This record gives sequence, structure tokens and C-alpha cells, in this order.
Amino acid sequence: MSGVRVLVGSRKGAFVLTADGKRQNWNVAGPYFAGWEIYHMKGSPADPNRLYASQTSGWFGQIIQRSSDGGKTWEQPGTQPGEPTTTPDGMPKAESNKFVYDTSPKSGKPLTTHQWYDGTQHPWEFKRVWHLEPSIKDPDTVYAGVEDAALFRTTDGGKSWHELASLRGHGTGPQWMPGAGGMGLHTIVLDRKNENRMFVAISAAGAFRTDDGGKNWKAINQGLRSQYIPDPTAEVGHCVHRIAMHPSRPDVLFMQKHWDVMRTDNAGELWKEVSGNLPTDFGFVVDVHSHEQETIYVVPIKSDGEHFPPDGKLRVYRSKTGGNEWEPLTKGLPQQNCYVNVLRDAMAVDSLDKCGIYFGTTGGQVYASADAGDSWAPIVRDLPAVLSVEVQTLS
Amino acid sequence: MIRVTLPYHLRTLARVGEEVTLTVGGPVTLNAVLDALEARYPMLAGTVRDHNTQQRRPFLRFFACGEDLSLEALDYQLPEEVISGAEPFMIIGAIAGG
Repeated sequence: MSGVRVLVGSRKGAFVLTADGKRQNWNVAGPYFAGWEIYHMKGSPADPNRLYASQTSGWFGQIIQRSSDGGKTWEQPGTQPGEPTTTPDGMPKAESNKFVYDTSPKSGKPLTTHQWYDGTQHPWEFKRVWHLEPSIKDPDTVYAGVEDAALFRTTDGGKSWHELASLRGHGTGPQWMPGAGGMGLHTIVLDRKNENRMFVAISAAGAFRTDDGGKNWKAINQGLRSQYIPDPTAEVGHCVHRIAMHPSRPDVLFMQKHWDVMRTDNAGELWKEVSGNLPTDFGFVVDVHSHEQETIYVVPIKSDGEHFPPDGKLRVYRSKTGGNEWEPLTKGLPQQNCYVNVLRDAMAVDSLDKCGIYFGTTGGQVYASADAGDSWAPIVRDLPAVLSVEVQTLS
Repeated sequence: MIRVTLPYHLRTLARVGEEVTLTVGGPVTLNAVLDALEARYPMLAGTVRDHNTQQRRPFLRFFACGEDLSLEALDYQLPEEVISGAEPFMIIGAIAGG
């Protein structure tokens, strides 16, 4: 019997929503980690019962949580209570919530500052983990995108984390600058056909690609045009909000930028705009239908100054042509007096037939469509503001 | 034994009650108590002191015997009443919001 497990991160805890393949009757579990911000939760493709969560707090900093039973129970994967916290030779043991930037000469590219709002250089300061992306093959390997922007990796199930420093050090790092929401590495897209290739996106720096497992990186922002920066076509400085890929076609990416919906057909070498007839091309989320490579979804938001849907109508827009030609999907969604936002990590698709689409709002609703977006229904209506939504298709 | 009271979210993280007791070897300084706390409860490492700077997190405060010790150096020796266990060392989360 197939089913789905929807992982919801919110401002005040985590929730796990489950249903069978019909996706009509839902069980809601949680809140887990009540009172904490859960920026992101995601399951391992290699072991669906292995989940990771980023638990953060302005008071207490960053915590990493791990579940090995599909979210029923959780643990911090570092040193356990009662165990020595140092090795016999006095070295600190693994600390699962310790994210320390690599500035060692050995990395070859130590980097300590980036551009600040006033144009001066500012030290890199770790704030939180925005996104966790488990490896496709190994449940113990996970990538973490953090603020201030950097990429970390664990290979021991989250017990310890190490920076892939060549991203910050590849050359443009000193030019990166935080946007209004901070300078977060929020998007990590792995290539299922080529484990050495990975895409990341940073606000407000842009998109980057590695083809050698993170040793070298390339800014892939050609074709982006951002009127809000001094040079609208600069190599970096673009506020990319989200990138999505169909796993079977990794050279084709779709991007929701601050303004503009974009696509590339050559792994980011050149982007072209596909906003077409959208009512506004500002927004945060973008995702791809699990069975139709040219069917994509966005949720238009009025503007960067007004983070809510145009005209108070919550509409998902679907393009079946890979962009440019869009249709509004409204059945089951509020079409008046709706002023919520849908944040960048808050949309996901399952791989059932028909494809299920899920998204969460800052108003605490999580909507699901079991028919590829033709109709929608809320799974829950009154959660805390939703920060992230992921879905696992279970067999 | 040193008595330490924790804010609610650190209690839930460590799965303990409002107060824990610790054995501290050597001088009972702020740092020594926090080291002992993290050694006994490794899941609290980095939650009171920033991992990178080892400084008190800005929204946490330290109190003992009615005194605010938050701005004392981390090698500050705690009062005798705390060392004897008569008074707790209190880690308090700032009330922020409004």
C-alpha cells in the first residue's frame, strides 16, 4: 500500500502529516520540538525512515535532529548523555550542532569576509541551517546550506559537519551580500545521474554549480537580469529564491528569482526568462511535476514589498510547456481576502500517479492536491507559520 | 554539588527538570560550570555559549544570589552560596518580544 509522509517545518515546531495513496484522510503528528523554529526537514532517499531536521532558535542557536523511524522519535546525533565529550587524547568528540567555517590554510582558499550592506567587508558569522539535503545513496551523508552562506557536509549521520570551503573561496565570495532575509544558502539540488554535480543557490549571490563533488565551483548566473543591483547582469549579486529540477533531466533547471521565473537547458550556462503571462513574476517557490518534465508550478506573490498573493487570491500557476504559458489553479484555494506568503522551501511534489503537490503558507495552512494541481484541499489550517514542506512517497 | 537551573527549552532538549546538579572540579568559575554542564549534557553544547566564540549567547543571562553575573568574565568565580549548593546558578532566557 503506497502512502505519503509530508514533513512540515514551522516557526514553532515540526509536524509530520501522513496519508495513504488516496491522500484524502490525514493523520497529523506533532508538534515536535515545540517552540523552536524548524527551518527544514527532509528524508533520505536511500532510507526513507532516516529524517533530518534543522532546529534553530535566536536564544539557543542551532540544533540538528535525526530520526531513524520516520519521525516517531528523534535524537541529536552527537555525543550521547553520559559519554565522554572528549577523546582519550583530549580532542573534542563529534558535536552535531557545531558549524565552524573552514579558514585553514590547507583548504587553499581561506575566506573570512563578505560584502556588507554599506559596501564594507564583514566577517562571516554562522546563524542557522536553512536547508538539509540528504545524499541520494547514503543515509549518513547530508549537505547543509547555512546562513551566512556556506555549504557543509556530514558523512557520519549528522554527528559532525565540515565545510566545503571551496564554494565560499571560489573567487566571488567577497562580493556576496545579504538580502533582507539574510545571506542564506537555501537551495541544494543534487544530480541523480551524476553524483559529482550539484547546484546551490544563495541570497543574494546567485546560483552555483560544481561538477567535481564540491572541489570547484562556478557561478551560473548568465542570463539573469536584476534591476535592483548596480550592474543588472553581474556575475553574482542576484537574489535567487529557489531552483527546481526534474530528476530525470538534470540539465534543465527552473528558477524563481526575486523577480522573474527562469529556465536553463544547459545546467545553468545560460538562463532565459519564462515568466510569460504570470500576473506577477515575484515569488519564492518553484517545483516540477514528478512525471511530466515540462510541467512546473509557482505561486505568484504580489511584490517584494507586499509578500502576499495578488488581489487576495491564493493561486498556484501551472505551466505545461516549461514556462511562458501559465494557467491559474484555484479550485479549493481561497479566492478572497487571502494575504499569506508561501516561502521558498514550502512546496514539494510526491511521485504517485497522479502527482501530488503540497505547499504551506505563513498563515499555517498546508494545502495538498492529489491531482497535479487541478484541485486542492487543506490538510491542516492552523499551524504556526510554515517555513518548509517536503514529501516522501512511501511504498 | 552545583545546582543549575535551566530555561524551559534547554530542559526539553536535555530531557531534564528545572534544575540539574553538577560536580565541578577545581575553581567554580562560570566557564567551569558551563563546561561541566556540557560534559554531563552534551546536547547542550553550543546552546549557552556560542561554539565559535565561546561567549554567552546574547539572549541568555546568568544570575546567582540575586545578582546579574551576565557581564562577568567567564573566569569569574561563583559565590560561596552557589559552591555550597545553598543557592542555584541560574541560566535565564531573555524575555523578548512584545
